Amino acid sequence: MAEKTLAEVAAGLKARKYSSVELTRAYLARIEQAQPALNALVTVTAESALAAAAVADQRLADGTAGPLTGVPIIHKDIFCTAGVRTTCASRMLSNFISPYDATLVTRLKEAGTVMLGKANMDEFAMGSSNETSYFGPVHNPWDPKVVPGGSSGGSAAAVAARLAPLATATDTGGSIRQPAALCGVTGIKPTYGRVSRYGMIAFASSLDQAGVITVSAEDAAMTLQAMAGFDPRDSTSVDVPVPDYTAELGTPMRGLRIGILTEFFGEGLDPAIEKSVREALAAWQRLGATVKEVSLPNLPLSVPTYYVVAPAECSSNLARFDGVRFGHRCENPKDLMDLYKRSRAEGFGAEVKRRIMTGTYVLSAGYYDAYYLKAQRVRALINEDFRRAFGEVDLLLGPTTPTVAFGIGDKTSDPITMYLNDIYTIGANLAGLPAMSIPCGFAAGLPVGVQLIGPHFSEGRLLAAAHAYQRETDFHLRTPAGWAADFNPASKAGAK
Amino acid sequence: MSGEWETVIGLEIHAQLATKSKIFSGSPTAYGAEPNTQADLVDLGYPGVLPVLNAEAVRMAVKFGLAVGAVITRRSVFARKNYFYPDLPKGYQISQYELPIVARGSLDVVMEDGTVKTVGITRAHLEEDAGKSQHEGVGVSAIDLNRAGTPLIEIVSEPDMRSAKEAVAYMKKIHTLVRYLGICDGNMQEGSFRCDANVSIRRKGAEKFGTRAELKNLNSFRFVEKAINLEVMRQIDILESGGTVVQETRLYDSDKDETRSMRSKEEANDYRYFPDPDLLPVVLEERFIETVRGSLPELPDQKAARFQQQYGLSLYDAGVLTASKELAAYFEAVAALVPSDPKLAANWVMGDWSAALNKDGLDVAESRLSAAQLAGLLNRIVDNTISGKIAKEVFEAMWAEGLEADAVIASRGLRQITDTGAIEAEIDAIMAANPKQLADYRAGKDKLFGFFVGQVMKSTGGKANPAMLNDLLKKKLAP
Amino acid sequence: MSLSPKQIESIAHLARLELKPEEIPVYADSLSRIFGLVGELDRAQTAQVEPMAHPLEQVQRLRADEATSPNQRELYQRNAPQVEGGLYLVPKVIE
Repeated sequence: MAEKTLAEVAAGLKARKYSSVELTRAYLARIEQAQPALNALVTVTAESALAAAAVADQRLADGTAGPLTGVPIIHKDIFCTAGVRTTCASRMLSNFISPYDATLVTRLKEAGTVMLGKANMDEFAMGSSNETSYFGPVHNPWDPKVVPGGSSGGSAAAVAARLAPLATATDTGGSIRQPAALCGVTGIKPTYGRVSRYGMIAFASSLDQAGVITVSAEDAAMTLQAMAGFDPRDSTSVDVPVPDYTAELGTPMRGLRIGILTEFFGEGLDPAIEKSVREALAAWQRLGATVKEVSLPNLPLSVPTYYVVAPAECSSNLARFDGVRFGHRCENPKDLMDLYKRSRAEGFGAEVKRRIMTGTYVLSAGYYDAYYLKAQRVRALINEDFRRAFGEVDLLLGPTTPTVAFGIGDKTSDPITMYLNDIYTIGANLAGLPAMSIPCGFAAGLPVGVQLIGPHFSEGRLLAAAHAYQRETDFHLRTPAGWAADFNPASKAGAK
Repeated sequence: MSGEWETVIGLEIHAQLATKSKIFSGSPTAYGAEPNTQADLVDLGYPGVLPVLNAEAVRMAVKFGLAVGAVITRRSVFARKNYFYPDLPKGYQISQYELPIVARGSLDVVMEDGTVKTVGITRAHLEEDAGKSQHEGVGVSAIDLNRAGTPLIEIVSEPDMRSAKEAVAYMKKIHTLVRYLGICDGNMQEGSFRCDANVSIRRKGAEKFGTRAELKNLNSFRFVEKAINLEVMRQIDILESGGTVVQETRLYDSDKDETRSMRSKEEANDYRYFPDPDLLPVVLEERFIETVRGSLPELPDQKAARFQQQYGLSLYDAGVLTASKELAAYFEAVAALVPSDPKLAANWVMGDWSAALNKDGLDVAESRLSAAQLAGLLNRIVDNTISGKIAKEVFEAMWAEGLEADAVIASRGLRQITDTGAIEAEIDAIMAANPKQLADYRAGKDKLFGFFVGQVMKSTGGKANPAMLNDLLKKKLAP
Repeated sequence: MSLSPKQIESIAHLARLELKPEEIPVYADSLSRIFGLVGELDRAQTAQVEPMAHPLEQVQRLRADEATSPNQRELYQRNAPQVEGGLYLVPKVIE
């Protein structure tokens, strides 16, 4: 038997093909096996998982279960989890036990999911390759020598290796979509404000958005249903009703107007990726969608805009890590200044420090107007480009990344080459738009992702389009060699 | 020398808003709790937590703005002021920078000589208070974050004040106003109402301002006056000896009565303000503002104007009596019971009664005499039962023992002598006993009239009705 | 656009980060490259454009003034490096 998707796992639980405890044991065994090779998790919470699974089994038995009751889940280690170490993959928080749950964690807990552990990530979500983690890099299950992408690299690798049917993730400049593409899984970044940021350790507050990485769009719809919604503890959370995403999945593609982003098909795009993405487009056309080329002239300025706005917000957000109330504190500080400087220098890694310094500089006296305000103005131009485009088309389509996964260590020497990985994903963050990446092929044996971007609150439309495509293709169901989901949770052995 | 210099002062007043919970969290704001028991995850700046704005803090800021005739900003923005300090948990203070909730108002301040000084209010913005650090043993500070996140309005004046006295009068007026509005308890000992002063000097007639120093830690009206005067002298000394004043923050030390430079605050003054991405623009609708306007109480200036008109008081007296709602209410209660002479009521409330409160360190509410008791005394002056002078003695007895005026007057026999025959008899006896003085007076030494008044008062124990005594003496002494 | 070692030092000070001497040229180089990239923003005509601070045009919601947070000092201070008598301890604050 092969349990492939969250939908199938949930159905199996409902049908009592196996219990949540059996399923949880099977995934925990798989995680234990995978950990040395992939390093996808920072913390495994086996004991509490089994306890939660037992409670879920009760609910499954007494008929009070919801759609996700008993489903194992991995949370990105950026989400605060009460009583569980929450590290943000930083030395700064390597011993930090959160006293509270993030709203997203609470909601998924209330939905009955069973947390298996916390996913590795780039430190404080700053990175595109998962190489900045204090706990070491994550390896891509498709090829251990290449990166899984980042910052949600642990989440994407875990789902690709079927260490859980789903993993939560966050996206500030592409941190859900890029690793989803590089690991051959489905990732959705909802509209800014759709999912609460409360309890999600902030990187860049006006760009950060929580989402999920799953095998299929249907899985993503089921998860988003539980995650989304207004939270009075987050002022930027949006009080707009959450539609029934699963019900919208069947929306026909006939007449859907897809816009092809001119700016995404230029120089720098791997031709093999372009080929896969254009084939995917043809599939939607066969389903009745119309295609139109759309230009967003300011979109190429996304990367420089982002590298002002995100570091500026990060420099301020990370000022709370001062060695006083929580987090790393240096040994024997000689005075207050020494306490601050050494605690922070020791607690943060090089990329985090680089971004803090970049952000400090762009906000400092004499540079604020030239950098920060300028970037916020360009952000408005990019936003306006998107707004205009969505007057003509229903969705925008393009590649998620310019290349497939690159080798571990290949891009660490030059921050700019690393930053350019996010060239296609950052725009959606700047404008707060929902966007997805779904698997659409392979190049040189590594997964390729196609990206869909929609107007604000069009998650249902994105999921329906992705679902329609996934009914015609099986790229999303393929698993890396050695990581096939051919385990049988009901068997005594658990994992294969 | 110092006569050539003009002092220029602007004040930044911090008033803690009297909300039940903090500006961005649900922590209580009560003063004096055990350390860090009123600091929740938001106040502690825990990773992942977010601020949500307290509606009452907004309403109170708008109330203040309306009371000083200011512009209420329809779309104000919270910004982060970034600096590292142990009492500032997030490494930034949430404040307002470019778009404060209150802009451009003014306040009239009546000085002792009756002149009116108008002080411009540049702005008033909402922000969160910081925690407190206390020294704990050698080389260690201890941080209590109970105060962190308490809502404040910072009221920034124009540099319109020209003396320490004006600065204090302005500060007192703001103090009066925030308590009238019920938006701040005004408790300066507990730090609910604090002030920084920007002080500079310039040559009289010069247009350009001099370099200013910012004085911090001015937690009483007296300290404001002392610190400003000290600072002015310091700057004059520097400039007159050919030096230059440096722009800096100076801490007032009330024990040593000196100001000293705070270098530690200076080096971190690149605050890198930017709009707080965790908070959205605060948009106020006309209807909300009008509702707040409708809830305003009678303001000190309105009350003072009414007192002038209704009770015939001077501008200055009306100002003194309206300095607090409680004082004004006490006065009005007394005046209502002494309808024929509100001026007498005003003089007594401002005079002996206030002095007695002060002496015993009591608030209006703790007065040992009710308004009715004081009015009872004043009515005995009005109906000539006792003289004003005797009244002081009666008042002291009343205050000390909480007695009614009539009881004191009766038990001590202080009732005034108003019987013509009795007074004439006393006069006759005095004239007989002092033949030389009588002869001198009649020979033209008019000044001796006072001597006779004094003698009769002495012999009657001060109880002779002064006006009657005057008339009768004049007749009797006439040659 | 290139940043001098001196600028790097002053930024690091403002950000309260201790840098080892050998790190300074490394950050000077990488920040200079980042600001080279950021320099592309100059191409955009933005004179008439309002800066955009939030992705959605929303306004601030207000919370009712209620004290809802109970005292949880003991729990919250479990993560603290140094506390005594409920107070967080730091090297002496000099004013």
